[in-house]
Amino acid sequence: MEATLSPSRSSSDRSPPDSTPLFEVSDLNVGFDTPDGAVLAVRGIHLALHAGETLAVVGESGSGKSQTMMAAMGLLAKNGRATGSVRYRGREILGLKAAALNEVRGAKIGMIFQEPMTSLDPLYTIGNQIAEPLTRHLRLSGRAARQRAVELLTLVGIPDPARRLDAYPHELSGGQRQRVMIAMALAAEPDVLIADEPTTALDVTVQAQIIDLLRTLQRRFGMGIVFITHDLGLARHFADRVAVMRHGLVVEEGPASEVLTAPRAEYTRMLLAAEPTGTKAPPPPDAPIVLEAQRLNVTFRIGGGLFAGPPLVIHAVNNVSVTLREGQTIGIVGESGSGKSTLGRALIRLIEAQGDIRLFGEPVNAIDAQSLRALRRQVQIVFQDPFGSLSPRMTVGEIITEGLRVHAPELDRRARERRAVEALEDVSLDPALRNRYPHEFSGGQRQRIAIARAVILKPRVLVLDEPTSALDRSVQKDIVDLLRRLQGAHRLSYLFISHDLSVVRALSDWIMVMRAGQLVEAGPTDEVFRAPAAAYTRELIAAAFGLDEAHAPAAARA
Amino acid sequence: MARYVLRRLLTAIPTLFLIVTLSFFLLRVAPGGPFSQERGLSAEVKANLERVYQLDAPLWRQYLNYLADLLHGNFGPSYNLPDFTVADLFRVGLPVSMQLGASALLLALIIGSILGILAALRQNRGVDYGVVALATAGSTIPTFVIAPLYQLVFALTLAWVPVAGWGGGALVNKIGPVLTLALPQIAIVARLMRGAMIEALRANHIRTARALGLTSFSVVVKHALRGAVLPIISYAGPAAAALLTGSVVVETVFAIPGVGRYFVDAALNRDYTLVMGTVVVIAVFVIVFNLLVDLAYALVDPRVRYE
Repeated sequence: MEATLSPSRSSSDRSPPDSTPLFEVSDLNVGFDTPDGAVLAVRGIHLALHAGETLAVVGESGSGKSQTMMAAMGLLAKNGRATGSVRYRGREILGLKAAALNEVRGAKIGMIFQEPMTSLDPLYTIGNQIAEPLTRHLRLSGRAARQRAVELLTLVGIPDPARRLDAYPHELSGGQRQRVMIAMALAAEPDVLIADEPTTALDVTVQAQIIDLLRTLQRRFGMGIVFITHDLGLARHFADRVAVMRHGLVVEEGPASEVLTAPRAEYTRMLLAAEPTGTKAPPPPDAPIVLEAQRLNVTFRIGGGLFAGPPLVIHAVNNVSVTLREGQTIGIVGESGSGKSTLGRALIRLIEAQGDIRLFGEPVNAIDAQSLRALRRQVQIVFQDPFGSLSPRMTVGEIITEGLRVHAPELDRRARERRAVEALEDVSLDPALRNRYPHEFSGGQRQRIAIARAVILKPRVLVLDEPTSALDRSVQKDIVDLLRRLQGAHRLSYLFISHDLSVVRALSDWIMVMRAGQLVEAGPTDEVFRAPAAAYTRELIAAAFGLDEAHAPAAARA
Repeated sequence: MARYVLRRLLTAIPTLFLIVTLSFFLLRVAPGGPFSQERGLSAEVKANLERVYQLDAPLWRQYLNYLADLLHGNFGPSYNLPDFTVADLFRVGLPVSMQLGASALLLALIIGSILGILAALRQNRGVDYGVVALATAGSTIPTFVIAPLYQLVFALTLAWVPVAGWGGGALVNKIGPVLTLALPQIAIVARLMRGAMIEALRANHIRTARALGLTSFSVVVKHALRGAVLPIISYAGPAAAALLTGSVVVETVFAIPGVGRYFVDAALNRDYTLVMGTVVVIAVFVIVFNLLVDLAYALVDPRVRYE
């Protein structure tokens, strides 16, 4: 890939911003007609992008950052209305008729989206799809477009591009699909690229590669990039300027170095402070062991049958041992498919595993169902998805007391109510809300409910499976604080499963790094982060904390 | 792919066997027989008739005989139309029914799809409401109302077309039956297509196509429509099997010499061989069209693979 790129420009010859911005949003309002009346998503904002510059638009969900760009590209939903002005090189493009707009979008302004899995048409080969903007905007013939498509795939780092042209999207990985999306968006050589959370759905190491690619392409083509993200870390490493949005307004805008180091707006300060901080001290070495597993193995069989031949056996967890002490938090990190969630579930016997598991000293494979149930009460799990893991047909009170009916049948209704009130107070939710239904709560509140459902049983071990991944940063911080407080108050032990290294670093005192079902590295948190032993761990850390550093290992390998 | 087709055709054999066996015995469970409705039939004559048609043999022997005949492609004689064999009846009537059915299906797929696409593109506006109203009317007004209405207006009042009859397959004779057959199908296809198209236009890759500045034609036809035809294909298979094997109502009202009437007439008269013949023909049509649907799916959607 490197060979095909022209020598990169140094950052010093980036042209200073001239008077007419390349792409400018001014006084933009975006509203949606809903059955409950009109909703304003964007309220009179101004943004400007100059050639060769990267502008990060940062905000939490619902801030209007995506809708601003959707409006600019004429991609609003049918009930959306945009007023104000969006100019490309001084020319108004908001409200253009489709035919006129289609001469600008795709040709002058390219856009890539968050969902690489669904943003390509599943029914056509990627060669066909990359050729479309080429024949449409550059008027290339079929043969020339195909030739150019190979070059573009080479440019975005797809191996064996000539053969890959005939692949369908479902035959590519998420990272590869995002590369193809980038190739399509850049096919007609636009001067503006709008990237809407282009790396959010990807694993961290892939994320770093995509950011790297965007940066290289930007230098090569001198594009301006509007980079929409919720991730301040990414904005800091990638953007020249940052605009922070909240409730449809730009609350602060300026050079990235200033906004993200010396923010003027209260909200920006809050966002920055919301990055999880702090560390956790390990438990005393003589703390009792609560959960122990020796050489745990989990295998899945796919297919197979009388005529289908032998099944495909997948080793999801391969000889992994865990020792969890009272008051300890073990962070289990890894990318999708690493087996970290499977390990967490196998440890509490939600799925079958081979190997010796002891809960509070008792071998769980050997005891009868009744004793196992008693042990289960002391081991609870909190899942990632706060929307899918709470039954929509039960009130919050019913949801959190359901476990008590099984594990403490001797309690009467009044006693259960009392426990529910305690549990909700424990997670800082108003107990008066317990007769409401889950859909009336925000994502963060729902995750609190899920935690209350676990702690009401007074467990000693909590398995937390990506409990903060679906949440905005500022809400994440609250959940992290809550987990810390609960651990202190109830002497809980946590198995904290996450792909988010910054949260893991703040919460755990021991880290296990997994990849493809194997344990890559394990050790005290500060040691693993300070001096990672495995190359893969170094790569993960570099990808998560410093995109610049991500070059080093990649270059060293090449 | 060829292996897949072969396997599907092989699995059709036990399916057909099961259908034949079940219908054979179910039919015999029904009271009466082929000659019980003829008046003044003396006991000897009836016994003779039954001997000629081997209806006096034990049931298992009749069943084995029928299976053996069927394996030789012999559907047997019709009991109520004694001059014809069942095969004769189908050889004459099936082409007629298939012509009408195929024309109606083609018409329904073309008109229904166009209406559905227009409605989806203009969702919740005039065109959409018009199409939805038409679709509702088309699928709720029964054929036995539409057909006589057509005859009343176009044949009796305006005298543009003959009232009924096949007329040796003349075009004017076909218009009425084809339209009557097609109308409810147009309605169904339009509704299916509207829903599928609305769904398809919401997909993320349609947003990508728009963001790339592709023409509206390309966005709608190349990217949205191809995905939206999948539900239409699934519907068209069984619909084709039903339409091509004739319609009782339409063939009766328009006095069409097709096979659609046989099923009901034969069942009422306990014309065992003709009922069995109809069952076999319909079953074969259903099996073949289901296979065609699956093959068409693989053609449209590269994610579908058969081996």
